[in-house]
Amino acid sequence: MIKIGIVGVGKMGLSHLAIANTHPGVRVVGLCDAAGYVLDVLSKYTGLAAFGDYRELVERARPDALIVATPTRTHAEIVRYALERGLHVFVEKPFCLSAEEGRELVALAERAKVVNQVGYHYRFVGAFQEAKRLLDSGAIGELHNYRVEAYGPVVLQPKGSTWRSSKLEGGGCLYDYASHAANLATQLFGMPAGVGGTAVHSVFSKGVDDEVYATLYHANGLTGQLCINWSDETHRKMSMRVEAWGKNGKINADRQECQIYTRGGGWNVRYTTELTPPVRYYVRGEEFSAQMDYFIGCIESRRPDNVNSFAAALEADLVLDMIERDAALGPRTTVTAEEVQGSKSSFREMLARWIGGKPALQRVP
Amino acid sequence: MDRLLFGDNQFFGVNHMSEEKARAQAMRFRDTGAVIEVLDAALDEGIRSFMCTTHERIGEVCGHMRANPARYRDYVFYPCMPYAHKYNNAVAELGMLGALKKFLPSGGILDAALVGGMALATKDIERVMRLLIDAEMKMFEGLNTPVVFLQNVVVDFLMGLGFKDAFRVFAAHVKQRYAAEPGFITMNLPRLLDLLDDVGIDNPIVCANINKLAFRMCGGREDYERAIATRRFRPVAMSVFASGALPAREALEYVCGQKAIKSIVFGASSRSNIRQTRQLVQELDS
Repeated sequence: MIKIGIVGVGKMGLSHLAIANTHPGVRVVGLCDAAGYVLDVLSKYTGLAAFGDYRELVERARPDALIVATPTRTHAEIVRYALERGLHVFVEKPFCLSAEEGRELVALAERAKVVNQVGYHYRFVGAFQEAKRLLDSGAIGELHNYRVEAYGPVVLQPKGSTWRSSKLEGGGCLYDYASHAANLATQLFGMPAGVGGTAVHSVFSKGVDDEVYATLYHANGLTGQLCINWSDETHRKMSMRVEAWGKNGKINADRQECQIYTRGGGWNVRYTTELTPPVRYYVRGEEFSAQMDYFIGCIESRRPDNVNSFAAALEADLVLDMIERDAALGPRTTVTAEEVQGSKSSFREMLARWIGGKPALQRVP
Repeated sequence: MDRLLFGDNQFFGVNHMSEEKARAQAMRFRDTGAVIEVLDAALDEGIRSFMCTTHERIGEVCGHMRANPARYRDYVFYPCMPYAHKYNNAVAELGMLGALKKFLPSGGILDAALVGGMALATKDIERVMRLLIDAEMKMFEGLNTPVVFLQNVVVDFLMGLGFKDAFRVFAAHVKQRYAAEPGFITMNLPRLLDLLDDVGIDNPIVCANINKLAFRMCGGREDYERAIATRRFRPVAMSVFASGALPAREALEYVCGQKAIKSIVFGASSRSNIRQTRQLVQELDS
C-alpha cells in the first residue's frame, strides 16, 4: 500500500485526490491547505486527516509520496522538502518559476532516485500520443514548421481574485495555459534554441497576460508558433491543438482526433474513441486518471525514469522563460513599413537575403 | 420514465469526436429558436422528455415552454446539474469560495443570500448544497421535472473523495423540495451502485455510458452487463453510439438487447435522424 499526502486542495488537488483515493493500492494519509474552510469540510465529510502545514503532514502522516498542487511560486520549497526526505513527488504544472530552482530539483530528484512527475496531462491524451508516434516515425517527412495553440474561456472580465491573476504567484496565461503548449512543443519537436517575435496582451486582466504569441526557432531550421489565449469564450473549455508541416505531409491533432495527410496517401483520421485506452476510474477526462495511475504505477515498480519528469518539465519552463524575456524587450520589428515604402528593389533584395540565409537565430538589436 | 429521452450535447458544442463538428453545431444552435425547432421535431416524433444540463440557455427554452402551455403541457424536463464548466472556470478565476459566492443566490433573493453567507460561515455544507440545487432548479419553475440528475463529473468527483453524505443530501432535497426522483450520472457504474447501496438509496435511477465499444465504461463491459442484468436499479443508457463511432443499428441492438435498461438518451439535430432512432428502437423492442 502506497501512502500519499496531498498538499493544496484547490481545483487540481481535489481532482488528484478523487482519482488517487479510489486506487486500490493507495491510502491517502493526509491533506494540507492554507484555506481552513476547505480542509475542514473535507475532513469532516471524508474522514481524511487534515494538516495546516505540509511539514507537519510529512512528519506526522509519514507518506511515501507527495502530490503538490499549490500555487506555482511555492512548488520549489515544498518539492525540495519532500525530495530531501526521499519522497516520490507529483507536482502540478508549471514546474518552477525560476530555471535555477528547476535545475536544482532535477538534480535532487536524480540523487534521491524517486519518481518525479509534473502534471502535464496532455502527454496522456490519446490523440497527442498518436501524433508523437507518427512524428517520430517520420510519417510526414522532415518537419519545417509547427503550431501549438491553446484557447479557452478562463478570464472574460476585468477582475480575478485568485493567485492565477498574480504574476508573482505564477499566474497569467503564460504560466497557466502556455506551459501546456510549451510542454507539448518540446515533447513533440524538441527543445528550441531561441524565441522571437513574441506578442503579449492583457485583454481583461490587470498585471498578467491573457494572450501570448511567440515563434520558436530550432537549431536545425525548424520553426514553430505558440498561440495562446485564455480569454477566448468561443471555446467551452481549454482546447489544445497541434499542427505540424513536413515535406511529406501534415498532422493535425487535438483532444478528439489525430488527422494525418501524406503525399500520395491523402487524409487518415483516428478518433479519441479508438485512441484512448480505458481507465480504472474516470472523473474528468481519461488523461487525468491515466497520469495519476501512471505515477502510482511507477512508484509500485520503483522506476524513476518516468515520462513528464522534472527534467522534461524544466524544458517547458525554459521555453516560458525565453518567451517572457523576449516579451520584456517590448514590441519591436526588424523592418518597418517606412523603410520599404517607395524602395521596392531594396525590399526585394532584403527578401532574397532573408530567404537565402539561415533563419534568424541571431539576436536582433 | 419514457423509453427515449432527448439529450442536449448537440446544442452546446459538445462532440466527443470532432471539435470542428462541435463548432458547427454551436453556430447552428446559436439562437435558442433553432434549439426549440429541433425539440419540436422530436416532440412531433413522440419524444417529449428532454434530459438537459442546467446551461443558462436552457432557461430560454424553459421560458418558451412556459409561454406555450397548450403545446407543452405534458412536456418533461430531466435537469442534469450543474453545468460543470461554469463552475470549473469560476473556480479558476475566483477560487473555491469566490465561485460558491458567485453561484449562491444574491441580489433580489436577499433571504437566500443571507442564509448562504451564514452557511459558509458555519461551514454547514449541506445547506450550501441545498442552495446550489435551488439555484440550478430556478429556471424550471412551473415545468414538469419528475427526475433531477446530478452530473457525472460531480457524482464521480464526490464518489472519489468518499463524500457519501452529498448523495444523501441531494436525494433528500430533490424529493422534498421538488417532489422529484433523484438520478445519478456516472462513468463508473458498478462502483456507484455499491456506494448508493451503502447510502441507502433504493432502486436508484442511474444514467451511464452503455455502448458496445465500452467507451467510458470504467470497470469494463462485462462488469457493466452483469450489473445491469443482476442489480436492483433503473439504468438509463447514454452515449449508446459511442459518439458516432458505432453504426446506429449495431449500437441500438446492443442496448435494446439488455432488457433491464429502462431508457435511452440520444441527441440528434434533424427530424430524420430522430425518426430513424425512434423507429429502430421500436423495431428492436418489439
